[in-house]
Amino acid sequence: MQTKNAPEADPRPMLTAARLGARRMVMAVDAQAQSLGLHPGMAVAQAQAMLPDLRIEQDDPAGDAAGLNRLAGWCLRHISPLAAASPPDGVFIDVTGCTHLFATGTEDGEAALLGLLVRRLAQAGIAARAAVADTPGAAHALARRGKTQITIAPPGTTRDVLRPLPVSALRLPDDTVQALRRLGFDTLGQMMAAPRAPLAKRFGAGVLRRLDQATGDAAEPIEPVLLPEMPRSRLGFLEPISTPDDLARATTMLCERLCEKLLARGLGASRLDLVFARVDGASQSIRIGTAAPTRQAAHLIRLLTQKLETIDPGFGIESMILSASLSGPLGARQILTDLCTDAAMPDLSGLVDILANRLGPAKIFRLAPVESDVPERALRRVPALGQAEGANWPDRLPRPPRLYTPPYRIDVMALLPDHAPAQFTWRRRPYRVRRADGPERIFGEWWKHEGERWAIRDYFQVEDERGQRFWLFRRGDGQDAETGDLQWFLHGMFG
Amino acid sequence: MPTACSLDARSLDVLRQRIRHLERPTAHHTRILPFDVEAIDRHLPERGLPLAALHEVSGGGADEGPAASAALFTAGILARLDHPVLWCSSGRDLFGPGLACAGLSPDRVLYAEATDDKTVLLVMEEALRHPGLAAVVGEVFRLPITASRRLVLAAEKSGVMAMALRRHHGRAEKTASPNAACTRWLISPLPSTPSPVGASGLGRARWTIDLTRCRGGTPKTWIMEACDAQGRLAVPAELGHGQAAYADQKRA
Repeated sequence: MQTKNAPEADPRPMLTAARLGARRMVMAVDAQAQSLGLHPGMAVAQAQAMLPDLRIEQDDPAGDAAGLNRLAGWCLRHISPLAAASPPDGVFIDVTGCTHLFATGTEDGEAALLGLLVRRLAQAGIAARAAVADTPGAAHALARRGKTQITIAPPGTTRDVLRPLPVSALRLPDDTVQALRRLGFDTLGQMMAAPRAPLAKRFGAGVLRRLDQATGDAAEPIEPVLLPEMPRSRLGFLEPISTPDDLARATTMLCERLCEKLLARGLGASRLDLVFARVDGASQSIRIGTAAPTRQAAHLIRLLTQKLETIDPGFGIESMILSASLSGPLGARQILTDLCTDAAMPDLSGLVDILANRLGPAKIFRLAPVESDVPERALRRVPALGQAEGANWPDRLPRPPRLYTPPYRIDVMALLPDHAPAQFTWRRRPYRVRRADGPERIFGEWWKHEGERWAIRDYFQVEDERGQRFWLFRRGDGQDAETGDLQWFLHGMFG
Repeated sequence: MPTACSLDARSLDVLRQRIRHLERPTAHHTRILPFDVEAIDRHLPERGLPLAALHEVSGGGADEGPAASAALFTAGILARLDHPVLWCSSGRDLFGPGLACAGLSPDRVLYAEATDDKTVLLVMEEALRHPGLAAVVGEVFRLPITASRRLVLAAEKSGVMAMALRRHHGRAEKTASPNAACTRWLISPLPSTPSPVGASGLGRARWTIDLTRCRGGTPKTWIMEACDAQGRLAVPAELGHGQAAYADQKRA
């Protein structure tokens, strides 16, 4: 990840400099300076000779590290509970099991997640490159040496995508990379094919370890970043635990402790991350969210234990950390007594949280009326716990309890312009219409879509011989061709 | 010594109550929701629908695929309850404004979208444990007997009404497969009588309401006018007083 700061509107090229012995060296340059031929590692005097009008800032490694940590903390809050800074310029995020939350209609979860990350960072003035791969090492290499800004290595292809990358893609010291080059190693594929023993003898075990970490032969756990302001509680075990009962009991203990901390600070948690450290060094995590900040231990314990089954304890879990990655102020509240007689809406937040964590937050909702005559636009989804609006749809208009989206095309026999159908065919079955009501004329909403300027739908409610009632419409008013093509549709069922 | 013949209606009620206590020793068993239609309420052993129980509604006759009249019948029952209700479905064709036409206002309905029957049943069971709700509706294709027993237990414990709205694909599965529902209803559309306004216009929809199973009672069939904007059924004019009046008129 390349980070170039552009804090205020200063049009001059910028670089940061630090003193190395007697010389002042360029440590980092911004995009503009880079395009003018400056690069890190040159002397400041030389850079100034090339471009006299430069903005030079003092290099601040501690500030950079703190900024990177803040960025990792942002990822921890918004992307995944396992995120860590990788100095000097990267952030590792373990996205296992949370990509589906970002999936959109057109993109799958991983692509959408990386796109979102790069866009959000660009808004913050950070030019970023991102990659997803099976191992942190491979993702690290692809993010820096990949051909595109966003790279996705499908599962199981790690070795194939690594092969063409240069040796410098491994996290190795510069002199080691130079020495490897001198020996004729240009790509990682050549290193993978070479015998291991001579390599280890010549360069030490470090080179092979980096290579194995990239290919997945050696494990590389991500140690999540610690944010001091985030309420957390930790539980270490003398003996690793693995049974579901033990995990549930430990979760309960952690939750109760965390709730005490939240109470002491006057906070309520709206998101909890539970990270499991396994004996083999791997980390697993579960994340739950609540609709409103809460510190009811019983409620949070239920939400967490519901997801415990997704955890694979392997050979055992040696420690668990529970942290409230999102929290909000929550004061003390008066318990309702019998003195209070107003019949308030019962508190459904517990149920909504449980269902939202089981089905997904978008799957539990209420409907609110929208002032639109077009039936499918007359409603919108609102959060399940939002304020009741007291609004209702106009009750004079008949609307069916079942609405088909998209409507079914049907073949109809009807007199033009404004007679109800006498007979129609739906799914190859004929229906004879006995009675009908209509038309209810609905005009297109030209302010939403130019093509609807003249559009008209005529709705009929019809009853067939067996008493079944349908909601049909015809596109167009039957006189003016501009209003529609006179095609008939079945839009809903009354029963 | 009292004989069977000397038992009057009141002592029968007392006996029924005691049996009910033995069957379900919970606090919620006495709450019922009457239909406010004398003919139906008189037939039900509890003079209405017990709230802490599972009820099953399916579409019959011409309405087997979409179960639209069954959905309206259910919405009509929920409309006459007080608190929020949860409606869980795996179909994508439920239309809120249509339910509002049966008196179920949008502020009172929480919708939950599930992917399959199994998830719907899970969600129902979870929601039934929550006493803040008045009722939980689940739209399912199948209702296995074990799942239905679990729903019954959850409903009896919390006092939340459970409604299983069946969505059959044709006659693939008979409605008659056993489950633990307290009452089972089959709602089929019937041709309506002409509207008083125009000769060919639509009047109020009309249903055949089959009570196919009723715990402590017997099956029965009624012909009723569909739910109005407050969710109430009505006896068709020519079958109720109207018919008697008509007969009286003819005699006179």
